[in-house]
Amino acid sequence: MKVLCGIGGSDDSFRALDRTVERAAVANDDLTVAVVENPDSSIDPNEIVRRAESAVEEAGIDAEVRLVDGDPGSRLVEIAETEEFEEIVLGGGHTSPMGKITIGSIAEFVLLNAKTSVTLVR
Amino acid sequence: MSDRGYPEAVADEFLAPPTEFTDREGRTVEIRPYEGTEEGYEALVEMYDDFDPSDRAQGIPPGGEERIREWLDAILDDDCRNVIAWCGDEVAGHATLVPDGDAYELAIFVHQEYQRAGIGTHLIRGLLGHGQAEGVQKVWLTVERWNRAAVSLYKKIGFETSNAESFELEMGLRLNPDADSEAASDENEGDE
Repeated sequence: MKVLCGIGGSDDSFRALDRTVERAAVANDDLTVAVVENPDSSIDPNEIVRRAESAVEEAGIDAEVRLVDGDPGSRLVEIAETEEFEEIVLGGGHTSPMGKITIGSIAEFVLLNAKTSVTLVR
Repeated sequence: MSDRGYPEAVADEFLAPPTEFTDREGRTVEIRPYEGTEEGYEALVEMYDDFDPSDRAQGIPPGGEERIREWLDAILDDDCRNVIAWCGDEVAGHATLVPDGDAYELAIFVHQEYQRAGIGTHLIRGLLGHGQAEGVQKVWLTVERWNRAAVSLYKKIGFETSNAESFELEMGLRLNPDADSEAASDENEGDE
């Protein structure tokens, strides 16, 4: 399957990265990792790219890691449409001290606007 | 997390528990701070184990006894503030304040059998009274937009919406004046 994994540097996005890379190795997915600019993340995008590249390398798969400028949600939806991805994978939300899950604005936008299936990784 | 908004005005004074009242079904309900006893803990586990999954909010309470115990261990920690509504030796409801930086996150659950009887209002007032007496300054919560009953309860209590831009509404309340005023620490029990 042609899979687009969007990550922006939050904890849940790294969890999504690890799980998607793992799955791609088993299922032979055609994976692209898009590093987006998440305004809520303090991690430098280039550092996120490095982490994604090393995850891909460790899994021994052939996946592209791409730095994506602009509004994260709309860019992910646009890339999925123009390049005919079949699925978008994102982090499954932030967990508060209480244990409550809140879904970030990127995931919300993608869920409502993507034509593909969207997976939120818990 | 420190960029959350709170009302400028400090909320009314809430009566600190223990308190007792008769609910709309004629049941005697007592509100008490969580005492840390094994009986109290097990009674809480029992309530959550029997909790209707359709009343879960944003993933809590979790399902299954093991995950319930794990979750309770985290939110019953010494730096959290917990208040229970008791009906005899059964837990009717539970409300908690969990520290998050310089503020506390609030959650409240009333078992299905005890809902729509006025217990939630007493319980949240009891929790806020307990928090106020313990010097808690700021409280925030998130609530699903469609949960009108909860949103109107929080508004009635004095919570103001601080963020309405995502799936969940975020609301805030100021319980005590900011740090420089030490007045909040005296042992005033209120007048009722």
